[in-house]
Amino acid sequence: METQTVHHGAMFDTDELVLNMGPQHPSTHGVLRVVLRLDGEKVVDCDVVIGYLHRGIEKLSENRNWTQIVLLTDRMDYVAAATSNVGYCETVEKLMQLEVPRRARYVRTILCELQRIASHCLWVGTHAMDIGAMTVFLYAFRERELILDLFEEFCGARLTYNSMRIGGLPLDIPPGWAKKVLEFCTIMEGKIGEYEELLTHNRIWLERTKGIGVISGPEATGLGLCGPALRGSGVARDVRKDEPYAAYEEMQFDVPIGTNGDTYDRYLVRMEEFRQSLRIIRQATEGIPEGPIVGKVPRLIKPAAGETYHAIESPKGELGYFIVSDGKSTNPYRFRVRPPSFCNLQGLRRLVRGHLVADVVALIGSIDIVLGEVDR
Amino acid sequence: MIDQVLIPLLKIVIVLNATLVAVTYMVLLERKVIAWAQSRLGPMRVGPYGVLQPIADAIKLMIKEDITPVRADKWVFTAAPIISMVPALIVYAVIPFGPTINLFGRRVSLYITDINVGLLYIVSVASVGVYGIILAGYSSNSKYPLLASLRASAQLISYEVAVTLTLVSVILMAGSLSMVEIVNAQYNQHVWFVFAQPFAFAMVLIGGLAETNRAPFDLPEAEQELTGGFHTEYSGMRFALFFLAEYANMIVVSSVVTTLFLGGWLPPFPNVGALHFLYYVPSWAWFLIKSFLFLYLFIWIRATLPRYRYDQLMRLGWKVLIPLAILNLVVTGIVKVMLL
Repeated sequence: METQTVHHGAMFDTDELVLNMGPQHPSTHGVLRVVLRLDGEKVVDCDVVIGYLHRGIEKLSENRNWTQIVLLTDRMDYVAAATSNVGYCETVEKLMQLEVPRRARYVRTILCELQRIASHCLWVGTHAMDIGAMTVFLYAFRERELILDLFEEFCGARLTYNSMRIGGLPLDIPPGWAKKVLEFCTIMEGKIGEYEELLTHNRIWLERTKGIGVISGPEATGLGLCGPALRGSGVARDVRKDEPYAAYEEMQFDVPIGTNGDTYDRYLVRMEEFRQSLRIIRQATEGIPEGPIVGKVPRLIKPAAGETYHAIESPKGELGYFIVSDGKSTNPYRFRVRPPSFCNLQGLRRLVRGHLVADVVALIGSIDIVLGEVDR
Repeated sequence: MIDQVLIPLLKIVIVLNATLVAVTYMVLLERKVIAWAQSRLGPMRVGPYGVLQPIADAIKLMIKEDITPVRADKWVFTAAPIISMVPALIVYAVIPFGPTINLFGRRVSLYITDINVGLLYIVSVASVGVYGIILAGYSSNSKYPLLASLRASAQLISYEVAVTLTLVSVILMAGSLSMVEIVNAQYNQHVWFVFAQPFAFAMVLIGGLAETNRAPFDLPEAEQELTGGFHTEYSGMRFALFFLAEYANMIVVSSVVTTLFLGGWLPPFPNVGALHFLYYVPSWAWFLIKSFLFLYLFIWIRATLPRYRYDQLMRLGWKVLIPLAILNLVVTGIVKVMLL
């Protein structure tokens, strides 16, 4: 990166400092590399370098059959694997025009929302940790553990679930599972208050997050931000409401939005999403219908020639799949993901400009990225 | 001979060793208390409930490879941790752990020495420690430590001003710079200075946190931003020296606050006749209990609060603490003159 001279008047000109943050850095959430150009501690500009976790999932998928790809989607957003699974399966279902039974759609909704809470737990923990409040991190992980236990009971895995099948679910929910989910909701309700007590009205937290990385609604849309990062700027775009999938059209919930578009608003939006997710989980678990868990799926999955795009609301934002089938082979012809983390990361450069080094880590936390998804 | 050389020497050895043991156990205490705050157990493996953890840590740090970066300034790099550690230890010379008592038929004072500029000595020696941090950051020849050492020097200098100004109002109250005399003044005036000078107490506490680089003012280390800050390039025992110096400074700050505001070795309400049974507890025990409370408070704060940002920290120092300190000093002066 080229450095320039900073002019403070002829005698006091200084040079910019190039600081390399990452890929081995405690606060870049994995292997993100940010090259900062600093004037003192002020960030003049930054370059985001990605690709350290690139595994070629999109290309790999073109050489796997349709069922095998579910397991590759686990490895993208590995803190919200179930959501990636649902997104992929629904895209193929849309391509093949398969009917998914209502029970399966309800379970998918529950899993997606549990996953959202788990992902937000990780976010609130790491975000607070980056700003120096380390206790929230362990509190949030304590609750995330409960969700992982629920997932373990459902599908046997705790991180990469492989929990969906095209046309429905691999397994029905275990007996007593729904009750445990409701119990979890009751526990979680109180714990959110615990996080908020430590952060929401904390003066240091307010000073560290208010007015940091302000971005207006139109500008955020222009940069392609999505999910809570976009809603924090006051744009009420939520795929769950706008283009409902799974069983979301039958659910009552609100889409929280911010007003100022700063780090604090993005924080508030996500904290409110915790509560809305619990609301959805309660409705879905109580109203779970009886019936089959898999629709009428052909033995050999081989969609007719065609292409489709389908998006869902992952915890990070709009997770879209674009899939082309040539109708001849049992592999997709083209498999392309629109990962929310990648699109949100584009905003980082715009957000950090003019802020201090300490704000860079706050902002990386604020847009909530997972490098597995950015690089694929 | 015995009074002049042997007893002081013995006291120095005891205080130095006790300090080093206390410092290593501070680390364990911190890990344990933070663990409890975070609903964890903390170290549990080495010894029952992890009580031998500090020894394991010490062995680990000593046998670790001691790396000096190729492009570092070797002499300064080696000297920095020592410069940081030594002031933290020699400050203990004037901290009074108790009054003069009779021990084996001899009058023995429970402090190494009592000089008439005690407080000034503490303030000036403690501020030498910052050179260690600055030099460490500079000599590492690496960008993160450099940024950290710039932060550290700015922070320490600005908080030094606030804390010292606040201390002056305590000196006005006591009429002496000697640590022992300050405690005696609290006995004679029938009041702990925490009640007479509550603002000064709060400001010294905040300033003390900032001066020892403790959370929420731990910017020079800020693991999440500067990957460990000024000691990024240090390893093994040299890193341990920085670490120990930080904890030794914490103990210094809590001892000084105890002496200045909580009556040092005096029991609570020393002049109330009904509470005279409290004198059965040895004086040094009172001192240790009170200091421990502050150490616990420091750890508690670290577990709870997020970190300040560099500019906010400077703003708090220059725009809030220093004006308040001056105001407090002026008011104290006026009240003092009016009453006498």
